[in-house]
Amino acid sequence: MINDLWLHPALILIVGAFILPFLPQWLKRPYLVIVPTLAFLSVLSMQGQHGTFGVISFLDQNLIFGRVDSLSMVFAYIMTLMCIIGTIYGLHVEEDFQHVAAWLYVAGSLGVIFCGDYLVLFLFWELMAFASVFLVWFRRRPESLAVGYRYLLVHTAGGLALLAGLVLRYQATGGDLSFGPIGVGSPSLSTYLILIGFLLNAAVPPFHAWLPDAYGEATVSGAVFMCAFTTKTAVYALARAFAGMEILVPLGVCMALYGVVYAVLENDARRLLAYHIISQVGYMVAGVGIGTELAINGTCAHAFAHILYKGLLFMGCGSVLHMTGKSKFSELGGLYKKMPMAFVFTMIGGLSISAFPLFSGFVSKAMIVASGFEVHNYWAAFLLTLASAGTFLHTGLKVPYFIWFGKNNCSQETWDKAADPPWNMQLGMGIAAFLCILIGSYTPYLYQMLPYPQVAAGYHPYTAYHLSETLQILLFTALGFFLLIKKLAPEPTISIDLDWFYRLGGRGFLWLAQKPIQWADSCVSEGYRYVGLIPLMTMARFWSWFDWHAIDGVVDGLAKSVRGIGSLARRTQSGKLQYNIFYTVSLVAVALVLYVFA
Amino acid sequence: MIVKLIDFFRDRLPLVIRLSYVGLTLLVVWDVFFVSKEHAHTAVEHIPGFWAGFGFVACVLIIIVSKWYGHLGIMTREDYYDK
Repeated sequence: MINDLWLHPALILIVGAFILPFLPQWLKRPYLVIVPTLAFLSVLSMQGQHGTFGVISFLDQNLIFGRVDSLSMVFAYIMTLMCIIGTIYGLHVEEDFQHVAAWLYVAGSLGVIFCGDYLVLFLFWELMAFASVFLVWFRRRPESLAVGYRYLLVHTAGGLALLAGLVLRYQATGGDLSFGPIGVGSPSLSTYLILIGFLLNAAVPPFHAWLPDAYGEATVSGAVFMCAFTTKTAVYALARAFAGMEILVPLGVCMALYGVVYAVLENDARRLLAYHIISQVGYMVAGVGIGTELAINGTCAHAFAHILYKGLLFMGCGSVLHMTGKSKFSELGGLYKKMPMAFVFTMIGGLSISAFPLFSGFVSKAMIVASGFEVHNYWAAFLLTLASAGTFLHTGLKVPYFIWFGKNNCSQETWDKAADPPWNMQLGMGIAAFLCILIGSYTPYLYQMLPYPQVAAGYHPYTAYHLSETLQILLFTALGFFLLIKKLAPEPTISIDLDWFYRLGGRGFLWLAQKPIQWADSCVSEGYRYVGLIPLMTMARFWSWFDWHAIDGVVDGLAKSVRGIGSLARRTQSGKLQYNIFYTVSLVAVALVLYVFA
Repeated sequence: MIVKLIDFFRDRLPLVIRLSYVGLTLLVVWDVFFVSKEHAHTAVEHIPGFWAGFGFVACVLIIIVSKWYGHLGIMTREDYYDK
């Protein structure tokens, strides 16, 4: 059914994921490295072979699984690379299903990146949500379950908006569901619904609260995956369909500042980093809104750089959590003697996200800001620059200072447990750190991959003016930090965000269900008992007599076999809803793979 | 080795702080006298040391505004949602 010999990297990960649990223990670790590496190699093999592959006829639609062009290639490259790094970082995890969930999640992201129409996009979009929620549930704390369900509900709502948009678009275009520039000049209801679906995954306020909620609760290696894939896949989808949509510029700028404000207030290191994802994705969303060739280049470059340095930061703070069991600043501090390597790697991530010269953010973020200045959108460019001072303030200074220096808030137990993490975690961080420096120091590596390489080749970040501007902003931000450090001392609090509405709204719904609705329900039941139940019971007694004496003999044999099958099926049912969802999603994925590729 | 290096600097903290101030001053001097402003996007960027002031004010503003906002009731006790 495939029109050409083209191997979808998502297929490698899906098949790889389903084989993993059946492998002998000694083979698992090499296998965990080999499968994502194969996916990465399959992406590399597509370089220079742009075109449309994997087209499948389904009903009267052509489903396009493989659109290979410069935009999809740069995202597929970094996603598969991050999958290798993330899997190496999580090599010590012995629970196979964590790896399975992570790979299916990456497969969902790759499916979206290569798809050519909205149906395939929707399919993989949902795969991402349903696979990634397990990375939260596998943390197995009492609150993980609730956080996972909230994450799933929010993403289901976003998926529904997207689906509604698709249906309307299908109607409006007469059946054309191809995924490309959506026509931002004349937006209709379907355009906005699809936009909402994308914006929710990109965590644009007011649809953002799921992100810190889930990423702060995910497993140590799960968060490393989550911080890379959902938002950046949404950025890809926005860049593909909504380039030049002006409303994205103010939205992106608001995001960039919103994340910074909440990062000041945050006491949990991983939630702080999560808020900074919102801030950084704000640059990309604004870049998509500006929509010029330089801006789209900047968006892609920043997404590329961001996946690596944010992954590195989550790995650094994750290794502290892994070793000590703590991630709150008010329970850490002074750890540089115990975890020096984790400090160095996190610092490299911090310098990269802060756009220090020679680190990756310097060559990517500046492109977006420059494109803002270029189209004379000064307020956006200045506010984005202001947000970048905030970035250094938190991720470059606050995170390393309050974990590795500052006041030692560690309990004796935390202090005793603290040590540099296992070799595989350090290796994962080492690779990401190397790439952060490579991107920042050798610009052609990244710039040649961008969608408009000629424009990128004409952009020079290392001018004396840009160096001076950046160093002044960053170093004087550092001065402000050290002068006001007392104001930033960690406080053991949480910050109320917009999830307040659905968290307390959910409680209101529960009250409604428990009190008025249940009361009405019992009234109806009582009435039914008198009017319906008593005559019914009399009838039933008669039938019971008839059944006992006449039919049982025939049915007994049949019942025994049904019971046998039932007890077999029962063994696969643990009674936990999340396992049932997992089995169902896995089954659907297998059926799809069989249908599509068999 | 990393720990030794960090301890080396921590033992000489007053000196490090003084050197940092010297570094900041030199940076502004370099910007004012030696950096060509032909790449500047707007007129305000021609003010000597503009970005140094921008960075410092941005940092102070972010800290003060955020903390003010947080203490309006946004920052709350950790078991807020558990009750």
